[in-house]
Amino acid sequence: MADSQQISTGAKTGAHADLAVNMLHSPKERAVEYALGFCALVSVLTTLGIAAVLLVESLHFFAEVSIVEFLTETRWTPQFIDKHFGIWPLLSGTLLVTVIAALVALPIGLMSAIFIAEYAPERVRKVLKPGLELLAGIPTVVYGYFALTFVTPLLQTFVPGLNIYNALSAGIVVGVMIIPMVSSLSEDAIRAVPRSLAEGAYALGATRIEVVLRVMVPGAVSGIVASFILALSRAIGETMIVTLAAGAMPNLTANPAESVQTMTAFIVNVSLGDTPQGTVEFYSLFAVGLVLFLMTLSMNFLANLIIRRYRERY
Amino acid sequence: MTSSQQYEERLERRRRKGLVFSVLLFLATTSGLVVLVTLIVDVVVQGGQWLDWDFLTRFPSRIPENAGIKSAIVGSLWMILLTAAISVPIGVASALYLEEYAPRGWLLKIIQININNLAGIPSVVYGILGLTLFVRFFALGRSLLAGALTMALLILPIIVISSQEALRAIPEGIRESAFALGATRRQVVWSHLLPMSAPSIMTGVILALSRAIGETAPLIMIGALTFIAFLPTSALDPFTVLPIQIFNWTARPQADFQGLAAAGIIILMVVLFLMNLSAILLRNYFEKYRAR
Repeated sequence: MADSQQISTGAKTGAHADLAVNMLHSPKERAVEYALGFCALVSVLTTLGIAAVLLVESLHFFAEVSIVEFLTETRWTPQFIDKHFGIWPLLSGTLLVTVIAALVALPIGLMSAIFIAEYAPERVRKVLKPGLELLAGIPTVVYGYFALTFVTPLLQTFVPGLNIYNALSAGIVVGVMIIPMVSSLSEDAIRAVPRSLAEGAYALGATRIEVVLRVMVPGAVSGIVASFILALSRAIGETMIVTLAAGAMPNLTANPAESVQTMTAFIVNVSLGDTPQGTVEFYSLFAVGLVLFLMTLSMNFLANLIIRRYRERY
Repeated sequence: MTSSQQYEERLERRRRKGLVFSVLLFLATTSGLVVLVTLIVDVVVQGGQWLDWDFLTRFPSRIPENAGIKSAIVGSLWMILLTAAISVPIGVASALYLEEYAPRGWLLKIIQININNLAGIPSVVYGILGLTLFVRFFALGRSLLAGALTMALLILPIIVISSQEALRAIPEGIRESAFALGATRRQVVWSHLLPMSAPSIMTGVILALSRAIGETAPLIMIGALTFIAFLPTSALDPFTVLPIQIFNWTARPQADFQGLAAAGIIILMVVLFLMNLSAILLRNYFEKYRAR
């Protein structure tokens, strides 16, 4: 073997010391370490690459459109002759869909987490948990199909005047998609609360609902909040459901029955259409991408920070 | 009224509240599953009639009756194999470095935080990266390779995180006894850690790839086409994949195309189901094997 050959060549004075040195620092060992280390750098380079691409390409956009206009103008009309680049219609579209998704996913996700962690017997849990996880594994384009061809027609029978493309249907389906994120992370947080706290409350005569609502949930609140933030960040970045079901009309509105365009849907629509590369419309894609990246990154960062904090507490 | 009577009444009320609450919890939990079942039934009902052998062996067409999904299936296979070939070695190597080599310290912590955050970046942002870096800067064009590189970056954090968990599950004693016999770190990794963690790494890889096979937005960004009437012969050819074909059919107003989309979804879901099933079987086999 190559290693033993090196050991014998190095054995002049202190054989044991040389052996250790050669074993640990042979070129082969070093090469493997550096190769693996380089692979670990790829993920760091990915982050830097994303940041660099978004920043550099956005500069082309901000050379023609001032940041002030971008952040204060209320019209987003890149394909009109009278061009306006105000992020608000896209931002409000994203927020509207996200709020609807939150109204669906946060209560249902949290209640599922409580049920699975505290109520369900082992056998029921074994069916429910993987069942909910399946929801997270369905491709988003399938949800988009479901929103457009099933949920929207269904809603139209209840809500008169509902546009075929609308924020309501997209928001509800995005909410269904993020239920498993809320439920599984919240369940972990509830399980991390020490059993002795629950038993103490039971010993004082509390009923199960009281133990859950006054001891377990408050004890797990930081983890639950983190799961909410992560799920909302996922909703903000969701693309295919909103592209298919919410429409392609930048619209500064709070009316869920109307068609809206989210930031992600705009990005996809620019690359679907035949916008010539190098134009200000094309570069607007990067400016919107930058806003999206900063929003989701800061939310993920915050959630991960909270998770690390609460893990240390118990 | 004595205080014990009051207590009994209040207790009754508290218990009733608890009962109502538990029913609500149950309904909330099952509502997610109800949606899941509705979705599957809807897709099967809408798409079932379009699903036949011709559908699998024909190229896309403007006429719904003649349309098929052959180029999308082949494109998805290419995409998955290329993505796996790129992301698995890099991902497993990263996990090995982070778990077995990297000195504990702030650098490791930053890389770890970075990987966790990468997993939460929207896929469409990876698409922007792929479009700028691979399609335009490296001039790979709207090719399979550009798509696979983008997908590989997208699922890399998932592979790294699951491989790290697999490595962490190996008892410290295995490493120590190998070191005690004079093995170098490279030998420990190669002869002990990789073989022992291989099944759970594989499970993580399959789950990551099943995410990649359903991703649509990044491939739209890098410009996968929807109308491909030929099969790719090299990694530099233009391509389409199942989700893109489904997206395109869904977005058309004619009901027939939406039926085709549903049929495409059935194919995609069957593929996903088989991948998940193999991941579960692998895990179960591994657990039984380890128990013996």
